[in-house]
Amino acid sequence: MINSTLSIPSITKKIILAVAGLFLICFLLVHLGINLFLLPIHKDHEEIFTEAAHFMGTNLFIKAFEIVLFAAFIVHIIFAIILQLQNWKARGHAYKVFTKSKTSFLSKYIIYSGLLIFLFLLLHFYQFYFIKLGWVSYPVTKIPLPQDEHFYSIAKYLFTNDFIYSILYIVAFIILGIHLNHAFQSAFQTLGLNHSKYTPFIKALGTVYAFFIAIGYSIIPIYFMIFG
Amino acid sequence: MNIKLKIWRQENPKAKGKFMDYSLEDVSPEMSFLEMLDALNTKLIINGDNPVAYEHDCREGICGCCSLYINGHPHGKGERTTTCELHMRSFTDGETIVVEPWRAKAFPVIKDLIVDRNAFDKIMAAGGFISVNTGSAQDSNAILVNKEHADEAFDSASCIGCGACVAACKNASAMLFVSAKISQFALLEQGKIEGMQRVQKMVSKMDELGFGNCTNTYACEAECPKGIKVTNIARMNRQFIAAKVGSQKQD
Ligand code: SF4
Ligand code: FES
Repeated sequence: MINSTLSIPSITKKIILAVAGLFLICFLLVHLGINLFLLPIHKDHEEIFTEAAHFMGTNLFIKAFEIVLFAAFIVHIIFAIILQLQNWKARGHAYKVFTKSKTSFLSKYIIYSGLLIFLFLLLHFYQFYFIKLGWVSYPVTKIPLPQDEHFYSIAKYLFTNDFIYSILYIVAFIILGIHLNHAFQSAFQTLGLNHSKYTPFIKALGTVYAFFIAIGYSIIPIYFMIFG
Repeated sequence: MNIKLKIWRQENPKAKGKFMDYSLEDVSPEMSFLEMLDALNTKLIINGDNPVAYEHDCREGICGCCSLYINGHPHGKGERTTTCELHMRSFTDGETIVVEPWRAKAFPVIKDLIVDRNAFDKIMAAGGFISVNTGSAQDSNAILVNKEHADEAFDSASCIGCGACVAACKNASAMLFVSAKISQFALLEQGKIEGMQRVQKMVSKMDELGFGNCTNTYACEAECPKGIKVTNIARMNRQFIAAKVGSQKQD
């Protein structure tokens, strides 16, 4: 199994990584769409958020989708690790003077930004998803869990009272933004979609998307930190 | 000008190798980097020391032999220059210049600054050709070629196989080289015939030889002395997908 995964052609591995990544890119937008209802952007925002969280937690179609989503995360992470290990091995002997070549901004550190995001993901799982599954109960809400209705209060509690968590959350999304800025256009290049007319647009769109995700998610803890 | 040099010395492929310090006086700014190394070697020989082994041939930027990693850049800092086209005027008086061989598992050091780039030949032998019968050449206008494609194929074919892309890449990936070689055929009618098999064979040879995987940081494009573009890599990826998805089942 391990050997047959390693011997998949380099380009196939890259394509698998890219496709899983593009799927996650779409998912981030959906997730953000729901999260934004934590903010008073609508007079019934709290109900809408709770309703959406309930729907996400109970709908059968979404449950099936969840499996695909997990698979995408796992595939993205595993293939990134395999490719990275092969890449480190391919150098052999390190240079004395580390490369000074001009490259796209921070793209050289994509594996590290990925690792940090993974760590954040673990924390995020612990705090939200495990509660949903009933593996962890959250003392703050003082109500037996799981009950989707309490996601709103958990989020509100964390962001209002846990300063360190809020800062961590914001930093994680800045790092994710940096990751996405490279990853977005990179996925298109890997799929062979490089074109003199459209590539500049794809690159710009990737940057806009990265900012949108970083700011969109961060604005939620910032709001609660300021307005409680 | 006077310069200091830190040069990688390694007796043979198995020896351990280390950096040695040298200083060289009265270097003319007009000298090429290789002429400077020649001056150093003359000095070493007069002193009874072993000269620094490095590779060169044409000394005019067309053979791709002069593979030196200078101060963190393959072929030195200049844009679109090979080491032989690099002049001492691009360094400052008193500067310390660090000279290393290409570093890649697939390019083992033979001696000092010379690496074995046979891996590239093996990739070419795997599919970097077209099969034609010998005999008299056909009429030159028998196959029409779109000018845009002809120009692009020519640009891709200007890759001199120096390996700077592998040396610059943080992953020691050979994808810029391989994609340039695939593109020079893929864009022309004669090359399209074996296109599907070619891309699969060359990519699988490249993987087998232990080159890394491209992560689209594009250091290769920034360092390539011939300005080979990463659009070639996208073309290779497209071709690879088409070949994998579109080719018939092999028995
Ligand atoms: S693509 Fe450029 S850097 Fe790579 S081998 Fe060809 S000429 Fe050298
Ligand atoms: S010696 Fe031929 S390219 Fe430099």
